[in-house]
Amino acid sequence: MIRFDTKALAAAAFALALAGGSALAQETAEQPKPPRESWSFGGTFGTYDKAQLQRGFQVYKEVCSNCHALSIPFRTLGQPGGPQFSEDQVKALAASYQVTNEEPNDKGEIFKRPGTPADIIPRPEAYPNDQAAAAAFGKAPPDMNLLAKARKWERGFPWFVFDALPGLQYQEMGADYIHAIVTGYTHPDDPQWNLYYPGHKIAMPQPITDGAVEYTDGTPKTVDSYSRDVAAFLSWAAEPNLNERRRIGLGAMIFLFVLAGLLYATKKKVWESAH
Amino acid sequence: MSGPSTFVPKSAIGRWFESRLPIMGLVHSSFIAFPVPRNLNYMWTFGAILAFMLIAQIITGVVLAMHYVPSATTAFQSISHIMRDVNYGWLMRYMHTNGASLFFLACYIHIFRGLYYGSFKPPRELLWIIGVIIYFLMAATAFLGYVLPWGAMSFAGATVITNLVTAIPFVGTGIAHWLWGGFAVGGPTVNRFFSLHYLLPFIIAAFVGLHVWALHVTGQNNPDGVEVQNVDRDTVPFTPYATMKDIFAVSVWLILYAWLIFFIPNYLLDADNYNIANPLVTPAHVVPEWYLLPFYAILRAIPNKLMGVVALFASIAILAFVPWLDRNPVKSAKYRPAFRFFFWVFVVICVLLGWIGSQEPGDAMTLVARILTVGYFGFFLVIMPILSFAEKTRPIPASIADAVLAKKPVPAE
Amino acid sequence: MTAATTTQAPNRRDFLYLATGAVGAVGVAAVAWPFIDQMNPDASTLAMASTEVDIAAVPEGQILTIKWRGGPVFVRHRTKKEIEDAQNVELSELRDPQTDASRVQKPEWLIVVGICTHLGCVPIGHEGKYEGWFCPCHGSVYDTSGRIRQGPAPLNLAVPEYKFLTDTRLKIG
Repeated sequence: MIRFDTKALAAAAFALALAGGSALAQETAEQPKPPRESWSFGGTFGTYDKAQLQRGFQVYKEVCSNCHALSIPFRTLGQPGGPQFSEDQVKALAASYQVTNEEPNDKGEIFKRPGTPADIIPRPEAYPNDQAAAAAFGKAPPDMNLLAKARKWERGFPWFVFDALPGLQYQEMGADYIHAIVTGYTHPDDPQWNLYYPGHKIAMPQPITDGAVEYTDGTPKTVDSYSRDVAAFLSWAAEPNLNERRRIGLGAMIFLFVLAGLLYATKKKVWESAH
Repeated sequence: MSGPSTFVPKSAIGRWFESRLPIMGLVHSSFIAFPVPRNLNYMWTFGAILAFMLIAQIITGVVLAMHYVPSATTAFQSISHIMRDVNYGWLMRYMHTNGASLFFLACYIHIFRGLYYGSFKPPRELLWIIGVIIYFLMAATAFLGYVLPWGAMSFAGATVITNLVTAIPFVGTGIAHWLWGGFAVGGPTVNRFFSLHYLLPFIIAAFVGLHVWALHVTGQNNPDGVEVQNVDRDTVPFTPYATMKDIFAVSVWLILYAWLIFFIPNYLLDADNYNIANPLVTPAHVVPEWYLLPFYAILRAIPNKLMGVVALFASIAILAFVPWLDRNPVKSAKYRPAFRFFFWVFVVICVLLGWIGSQEPGDAMTLVARILTVGYFGFFLVIMPILSFAEKTRPIPASIADAVLAKKPVPAE
Repeated sequence: MTAATTTQAPNRRDFLYLATGAVGAVGVAAVAWPFIDQMNPDASTLAMASTEVDIAAVPEGQILTIKWRGGPVFVRHRTKKEIEDAQNVELSELRDPQTDASRVQKPEWLIVVGICTHLGCVPIGHEGKYEGWFCPCHGSVYDTSGRIRQGPAPLNLAVPEYKFLTDTRLKIG
């Protein structure tokens, strides 16, 4: 009779999947994947770096905001766990924008007024809607409020399994993607050639060069640090509760391990009498 | 739940109440005195885990519905609002989305456990079929819920799945328009899907009630697949034994749940769904959530539209016929070496189908998908009937108590 | 279950059960809070908790109704007579005794929350015996200082927190 060996079967399946995974990785070798960078908010207990988020906002405001919307309320820029600008800074920043009032005035006219912290950051003035932006660029620049969570790429077997495991988890693909794209303009003669963009032909011409944004805290004024800071800032914009989430998560984990331990002891005690 | 209870409350008020509405007796007979085979392993705690997940999904879902606004123009923003502004809104949403994944994971373990230990065999055929119905309702609910955030993948998913009905000759397109409330997936679709997504979990809960009722008529199967012969020797009362074991298992499951919610909440979510739906653009790589990938692979493996849809539904419906495909009187795979081998082959096929479902379609992938699809159906239509008669099974223990004693030599009391 | 015959065993067992139950109860309470708190006013609502309004265009004798925290606030540009009526009332006549001076920052501007203190209806201006407000729901009558004079309402119309940013610009909340 045939011996049915389940262990050998498992090994064979694993080998097959591994081979399939690496075959896929080879297929796409010409298209390099964004390199994995180190982030203050990476890992299991990482948190956002306030100073970096403030610099990132500066880059967004001075460069990205010319074309990209960032639909988050001004007030969130002052929240704990974010760039945490002071209340007065947020007020002054909001007031420097003209916002269309939601309701018409008492004469029935739609009017603009200076922004307040409760308002959403208005779209770039030159492009009041996606159609206008698409007409100018051929493709509408995406709203950046969720950009850092909206970009991922295939990791392939077995990496996608490791990406879920404690200590190895990979949740910063969006930041890596943004950093890679901003630093990926490696053909000086073609401003729309990007090493990391799928197909290399990107609608956004190189957005930023060394020295374009004036940092006041001594951080190097290079494309690399601009891209890191703006990627960190956009990661916060997409996931503003990360610090709080991890803090609560740590407490929940410790609690659950204690509870599970106690329940196991109780269960054992109860079952002692059954055997 | 089977037959009149012999429960007599201690207090006079309790007896007054019980003689008019015997609800305490129902609870007592179902969850306290109910005899549980003493040889159950931890695979039998997934019923409790599933009950927990259903309740968790309903509670977090009711909460999310308080803040979600179902229309094509507001749905996406209202999710953003939940994530950014609502107190603990991020927690509620991450619990609900990751809860769906864990609900399915527990459900798959529960189904595979049933297959492995022959829990579908007489007298539990109806119990099993109710379970298949619950699974189908779960898949429908998950699909409807996935459309609600109105992201790019929501839109693509809604379009692909509702287009399945267009495979029906003559009336298909009309049915699709009826489902959409328009000529494409749009605002009316998301509104009605929200309504149905809220309704279906309560229908699931009703079927779970039937599932538990049917279970308590036949009693539980067990790892040795021999029926209870002597209640005193073979079983323990549900409370405290099964209760404590179930609660402990749920607490371990919660650790996994908390890991997903608090530390990798976006691991299982599709990044494309953080882009708002755009009817004019389909995402480069349309895939369902992981728990539906094997079926998606089967759909794509068939080159004919109608046959693909038929295969997709057949792959779930075939589960309902398992009690008549596998007629081997030995229930547990523990005593069926050949079945056990093919069971694990089947598990590998399902996992590989899932992996294929996540990959971009291509000639090589389609070929592999076809082979695996044949394997999937072959397990049910060829292996099960053949092994019903041709398998040389190992001797099964005379009783549950014998099986327990054989494992743990404890002196008899 | 076998009954324990020694005294020590059940004690230790009881302690374990108690500890497990207590930890479980703490967990349930901790999980309950987010589910309760999610119904509280959210961050976007709290951010709208103050509102600014231009009152230059409100003529004497008129009432401007503005929306603040989802409900009406009356900004009443009072006439000389209305101010005098409000000031010349004996506190002993009032159900909820308050001087007019304690209810206004500038006598010509009365700012009150436009919600009847009885059951929350919106009173109608320039009506009722005192020509202050009259609530159509259950007949409460308020004077030109927004104080309750007749009918079932127990309290005067509430005065919200407000500030004159300039002579014509008012910030409520």
